[in-house]
Amino acid sequence: MRLALLALLAKEPAHGYELKQALEQTFGAAYPQPNIGQIYVTLSRLEQNGLIQGQDVNQSRRPNKRVYEITEAGREALAGWVAEPTEGPRVRDEFFMKLVLAPATGVTDRLALINKQRRHYLNIMRGLSRLAAAEDRNNRVAQLLIEGAMLHLQADLDWLERCQEELD
Amino acid sequence: MSRPGPSPASTAPEQAMLQVKDLVKAYRADGATSWAVRHVDLRVDRGEFVAIMGPSGAGKSTLLHLLGGLDRPDSGQIWLDGRRVDDLPESRWAVLRRRSIGFVFQFSNLVSNMTAADNVELPALLAGTPPRQARERREELLTELGLEHKARSTPAALSGGEQQRVALARALINEPSLLLADEPTGSLDSRNTRDVLRLLSRCHERGQTILLVTHDARVASTADRVISLFDGEIADDSAVSLPANGGGTVADVVQLKG
Repeated sequence: MRLALLALLAKEPAHGYELKQALEQTFGAAYPQPNIGQIYVTLSRLEQNGLIQGQDVNQSRRPNKRVYEITEAGREALAGWVAEPTEGPRVRDEFFMKLVLAPATGVTDRLALINKQRRHYLNIMRGLSRLAAAEDRNNRVAQLLIEGAMLHLQADLDWLERCQEELD
Repeated sequence: MSRPGPSPASTAPEQAMLQVKDLVKAYRADGATSWAVRHVDLRVDRGEFVAIMGPSGAGKSTLLHLLGGLDRPDSGQIWLDGRRVDDLPESRWAVLRRRSIGFVFQFSNLVSNMTAADNVELPALLAGTPPRQARERREELLTELGLEHKARSTPAALSGGEQQRVALARALINEPSLLLADEPTGSLDSRNTRDVLRLLSRCHERGQTILLVTHDARVASTADRVISLFDGEIADDSAVSLPANGGGTVADVVQLKG
């Protein structure tokens, strides 16, 4: 979340609640939304590290609000983040460990494990379809995020099929 | 939504749209026998939407072809709508396919020198539907699929997604009680897949029984029930339901960093 907040502040100064709204608007319901407390904590950490700078703004009949803007060091951190290649997804190795090791324990057999895992993935897929249907169809960011999750799941299912073929 | 659940015990036997007992099909080539479908028992209730998944070579398409009478089993029995059909002669199967079974394949197999409209109307006319009624139903279906403006186009002038939707309209024009679909979205991009899925869901809501073979987990997860075929046998048969958290977020699938 640190970098998402930095990115938003690179565009324009904002206070915590505005940042929360901007995140929600951009990513939609598909993205796990940070609560306002997490945002304030992250902002103060960013400020301690000198990546942003806050200034209290007086409000009549309301508590003061703190408006943040990005610093030069913050812009550099952001540039570094963007320039760095992102790690690829990792295979869920906990399931693979179960699949490889469980038969020897006599606790369960591979087919039962695979079937259970497949059902689980399909149920998640159904949940994602519902999420996509509920999300604004014109919110391309949110829809792409959901489609990305769906493609990951499809790959997990294909891999499950390969495990079934090879480990039989 | 009135959906009969996948549990066969809870419904009366006459509710079964399709019942299969000990179905076997093998192919022999160069002296070797490969088992495509081994001793499959299956029951699909009226109004159910069932997806069949499994690796290639698992026997998915063969099973579907046997159920639609496009191929004959070596042994076993098939009941369609309470009627034994596996021993019917080809001429009777042809009538069944015209009236009660709709078929969609991965590639649309449209008649290339006929317009989209004529492709869709043809099965209705062959089944004896009066031309005016066939035309009305065709117009309805093409409109529902967003293809009303393509009625006069020949298949070559349509995109892959459009061709597939025309094929779906063709399969649905006689309002078959059973729709058999073999990878209907296999050659489609994600947007066209969504359109085809939407129509299938609508057919499902109308009470049509759907049996669909697919590799696409998104397609399979729209069904009520998923059957996993492996090596010609049913390895799993289970209802699809929403996860406990009702859908959650993408973070349940991919880890979001930052």
